[in-house]
Amino acid sequence: MNLNIPPIAIYALRRLFQAIPVIILIMIGTFLLLKLAPGDTVDALVGDMGGADAAFIARLRAEYGLDQPIWVQLWRYMAKLATFDLGQSFVYEQPVTTVLLDRLGTTLLLMATSLSLAFSIGIVLGAFAARRAYSLTDNLISTLGLIFYATPSFFLSLMMMLLFSVKLGWLPVGGIKTIAGFYTGWDHVVDVARHLVMPTAALSLIYLSFYLRLMRSSVIQVADQDFVRTARAKGAGETRLMVHHIMRNALLPAVTLFGLQFSALLGGSVVVETIFTLPGLGQLAYQSVIQRDMNTLMGIIFLCSIIVILVNFLTDLLYARLDSRIELT
Amino acid sequence: MKQKLLNVGVAWLALNAALMPGTATAQDVKKGGTAVIHMISEQRTLNPALRASTGVYNISGKIVEPLIDKSYDGFEPVLATEWTGSDDGLTITLKLRENVRWHDGEAFECDDVAFTAIEMWKKLLNYSSSLQANLESVDCTDPHTAVFNYSKPMPLDLFVSAMPDLGHPMPKHLYEGTDILSNKYNTAPVGTGPFKFVEYERGQYVLAEKNDDYWREGFPYLDRIVWRFIKDKSAAAAALEAGEIHESGFNGVSMADVVRLAEDDRFDVGTQGYENNVAHSTVEFNHRNPILADLKVRQAMYHGLDIDYAIDTVMRGFAAPGRGPIPKAGAANYTDDVTTYEYDVELAKQMLDEAGYPVKDDGFRFKLRHRPAPWGEYTQLWGEYYAQSMREIGIDVEILANDAPGFLNGVYRDYDFDTANGWHQFRSDPAVSTTVWLRSGQAPGTPWTNQFGWQSDVMDAAIDTAASELDPIKRAEMYHAIQRQEMDELPVIFAIEHPFISITSKKLKNHHNTPRWNSSSWYDLWLDD
Repeated sequence: MNLNIPPIAIYALRRLFQAIPVIILIMIGTFLLLKLAPGDTVDALVGDMGGADAAFIARLRAEYGLDQPIWVQLWRYMAKLATFDLGQSFVYEQPVTTVLLDRLGTTLLLMATSLSLAFSIGIVLGAFAARRAYSLTDNLISTLGLIFYATPSFFLSLMMMLLFSVKLGWLPVGGIKTIAGFYTGWDHVVDVARHLVMPTAALSLIYLSFYLRLMRSSVIQVADQDFVRTARAKGAGETRLMVHHIMRNALLPAVTLFGLQFSALLGGSVVVETIFTLPGLGQLAYQSVIQRDMNTLMGIIFLCSIIVILVNFLTDLLYARLDSRIELT
Repeated sequence: MKQKLLNVGVAWLALNAALMPGTATAQDVKKGGTAVIHMISEQRTLNPALRASTGVYNISGKIVEPLIDKSYDGFEPVLATEWTGSDDGLTITLKLRENVRWHDGEAFECDDVAFTAIEMWKKLLNYSSSLQANLESVDCTDPHTAVFNYSKPMPLDLFVSAMPDLGHPMPKHLYEGTDILSNKYNTAPVGTGPFKFVEYERGQYVLAEKNDDYWREGFPYLDRIVWRFIKDKSAAAAALEAGEIHESGFNGVSMADVVRLAEDDRFDVGTQGYENNVAHSTVEFNHRNPILADLKVRQAMYHGLDIDYAIDTVMRGFAAPGRGPIPKAGAANYTDDVTTYEYDVELAKQMLDEAGYPVKDDGFRFKLRHRPAPWGEYTQLWGEYYAQSMREIGIDVEILANDAPGFLNGVYRDYDFDTANGWHQFRSDPAVSTTVWLRSGQAPGTPWTNQFGWQSDVMDAAIDTAASELDPIKRAEMYHAIQRQEMDELPVIFAIEHPFISITSKKLKNHHNTPRWNSSSWYDLWLDD
């Protein structure tokens, strides 16, 4: 029987079925790990409030279902998750789904702009440096890359803040928009963009150095291969050589890194989002750990595992596109 | 004869008022503008009748008003205009302010007070539920008279001093018949205050705007208040310097920045306005450890602490030595006539020798596992200083780093510590949250209570009698006795008392002009922009 399903769809379907047990394992593992941390959200809340009496504490634990044994809590959580119900956030007193969707946009915007900036500029600079390997230009670019690579993101963020906000007064210190500015239309877009300049710069400068260094070594390596020599012998110009023969092959490791970093960036944005008080997922994750907000934390991890699996899938597709020797099986 | 209110510590408060910067006269007040205030942590609820916490008051104190507030001249009528107690202490009668409307237009009446008192203050509000445990009912003899009936005597001065924090009425018509804890108005409060709630963007800000229908004629001055959540203290300092926020309270920036900004003439930096928000940095003992159960050891440890040095280095001078469980802010209930323990390393060593703990081959007498509270810079540094000075007198202190839930569990539930250093916040009257540190029989796992395994019948009896003593003078004497016993027997060392610190832009006028300013309504705050 021929159902005429394109092979790519079969591949996607198989990946999907493989993903389900992975996600379930991640969720159970995380749940148990989080339960190993001392104290729960009620302790964190009571700590914030500066104290409460015993009856108040007991009532709150019962309200959140934290008075039940751990396996009951786990069962209840997984049963709800099976219906895509992520539960109620303890801290925000809203459904976790609402809280996550509120935050996802900011993080995606930040991630997408920083990563694409880092990826494109990093690759161009890396290739450029590689073509002039060991020259003054190369040294300059490589040194700059090393400096950005070695600078902790919180330090870079604070220094930018000091220069551009405190000393020069050009850019706002933090937040996503001017509160009580009541901007609409293009004014709003410009306002948000102004708020995102420093966080995006801080995040992308650090990641840029990864791509730069990786691309530089990768291009140097590929440029030495036989097929490049052959192409050159056949009379290919330098530009054609670079774009068609070297870059395409040298890109593979950079794409792998892109896929890996897309997931790591969720973590990397914790520091930047916290310092610039951007209402994103990173900041939410940090707060949720501190506040032991189990449901929100589990929700973030659920969302992140889905994103990671999705990005891995897309990376694999891209591999096949870049290097036809790789088959999707 | 009715029991009259005694304005405790009026003289002391008046002294503070005299030292205040000149308050602006009516003609130079500018109306309008938006004040932007720094908040460190996100708030789960904005209902002050469900959660007694300065973080909640800092926002909702502008939206929801208490019955009584505290000014530098004593207790100030807000929604209650008069208060009297019966001779037997079993009833307290409040006259309520007339012609006050909730932000949704409904009239504020006695029903609201009665409903909130029974359903929230008595049942749900932390600290209030033990304070109001004997509250039987609240009768409304007319729409503007509320009679609180108690089954055991309730001292009027205790009731009144608790009201600024634990006495916020909420609108009955929005809460009745609903599940109070999940009511949507808990995060979008409707009050009678000078500012109306507009929106709460999680992780970003809370916005409130001017209430045009406010009962104080001609107030408030500001158009809007924005509270911005900035978790990172360095970023908050940068926002202050860039002029994006006008005030950061409750030690919202690091001490290094406090000292730096104190030099900057664009800011007022100091502890004024926190006279009612005083906390102790403590050393807590686990008396289940036989070494620490020995009074002589605890006294020796106190002698080994250079309190003045800690005040200068950790709190940068914004603090004073503690004199037992009640701070100076306790006014009449406070005494400094107690045993004190001078810094004397030699004496401390000698006392430890006498107690039977000589220095062993490894250079130490014994080892203690110490849990420092993670409540920010003060507690972390004070914990490190404590460990360091104990080593000088031959006690090896191992620090167990932990986050907030880890600390609270380790100390107050699992008793997995020898010593801990934490934070005791004083709340207007010792009966509200102080004596629970010394009274035995606290439910296990309750933070900031006597979970130390220390018990004294004399102390327990004194605490119980003082809580229902109606005569303020006798009551004050009882608290002095409690303080003296505590300083003699040292169940806990209340080492240093400190108010919080605010950094305020000089553009804000009339700021920090009450002893609980960050929690108050800011009706007279204005912005000179």
